[in-house]
Amino acid sequence: MGLFTELKDSISRATDRLFSEQEPKRIGIYGPPNAGKTTLANRIARDWTGDAVGAESHVPHETRRARRKEDVEIERNGKTVTIDIVDTPGVTTKVDYEEFTDEMDKEDAIRRSREATEGVAEAMHWLREDVDGVIYVLDSAEDPITQVNTMLIGIIESRELPVLIFANKIDLKESSVKRIEDAFPQHKTVPLSAKEGENMDEVYDNIAEYFG
Amino acid sequence: MPKATNADDSDAPDGVQIDLISGERMDGMATMEKIRMILDGVHDGNIVILEEGLTPDEESRLIEVTMAEISPDEFNGIEIETYPKSETRDSSLLGRIMGSDAGEAKLTVIGPANQIETLHKDETLISALVSRN
Repeated sequence: MGLFTELKDSISRATDRLFSEQEPKRIGIYGPPNAGKTTLANRIARDWTGDAVGAESHVPHETRRARRKEDVEIERNGKTVTIDIVDTPGVTTKVDYEEFTDEMDKEDAIRRSREATEGVAEAMHWLREDVDGVIYVLDSAEDPITQVNTMLIGIIESRELPVLIFANKIDLKESSVKRIEDAFPQHKTVPLSAKEGENMDEVYDNIAEYFG
Repeated sequence: MPKATNADDSDAPDGVQIDLISGERMDGMATMEKIRMILDGVHDGNIVILEEGLTPDEESRLIEVTMAEISPDEFNGIEIETYPKSETRDSSLLGRIMGSDAGEAKLTVIGPANQIETLHKDETLISALVSRN
């Protein structure tokens, strides 16, 4: 892509954002598989609309299609922020159906892996075309410095999207929020447990501040 | 384009082919040409090393195309490793408009997920174990 085309696209994106300020922001929930993205999406949706977004599971790639919960109104400090939450499949560069064969038969495992690959491709496409901001969810009990995380954060930064990093699963004893803060010091990291509902006030304060 | 070794070809030499692709070779290529070249090499069981890496947009498209090509018992994806970004990144206005990685050289290693395993990575070294499957 040439310099002029890059410049034109950049100006166009900035203009689009300026004129769409009154529309609900589409906030994509991204991160690796099993970080707790759907648990968080459900927690937010249930807290503010009463409905869940999708099924949760310990099996990787439970979420195989991006799912959207529209018009989630979050009220903080007398102001209301409206967002559309887009829960996406965990991003990865590889999917092996044999990972699922302990939990299901081969045919179901192949179907699951095929759906997972379609979902990841769709999530990448949406990231380039269709989200206004990103909540990046990491399992704080796992090492955050992986190629997928570094690559995804780089892609998000290159698109100049506002991004909040959520250090999930702080209820686990192996959790280390500092490890995540040290890995991505250029971004705000918010600790939480989506499963236990821990620290959700700070989560909502930051969503309102970043995406309002 | 480097000659590919077909992993299924019984006449092929017993070994792992490594394609080291210069930045100069990548310069004139469109995004999809680069991705095709990388994935064709990886499908053949090769390890592809890019002297100057990919832009974030190209990385995003590489993941997307890789997902479309995964198939049971044949190809289960890629491993990709890149040196961490330099601390001295371009933060000028032009740099931000062009994307934060514009002009930043970073060596990238890409291989078949079932054959490559990263043993160690830091700012100056990527150490990978490649198995012959």
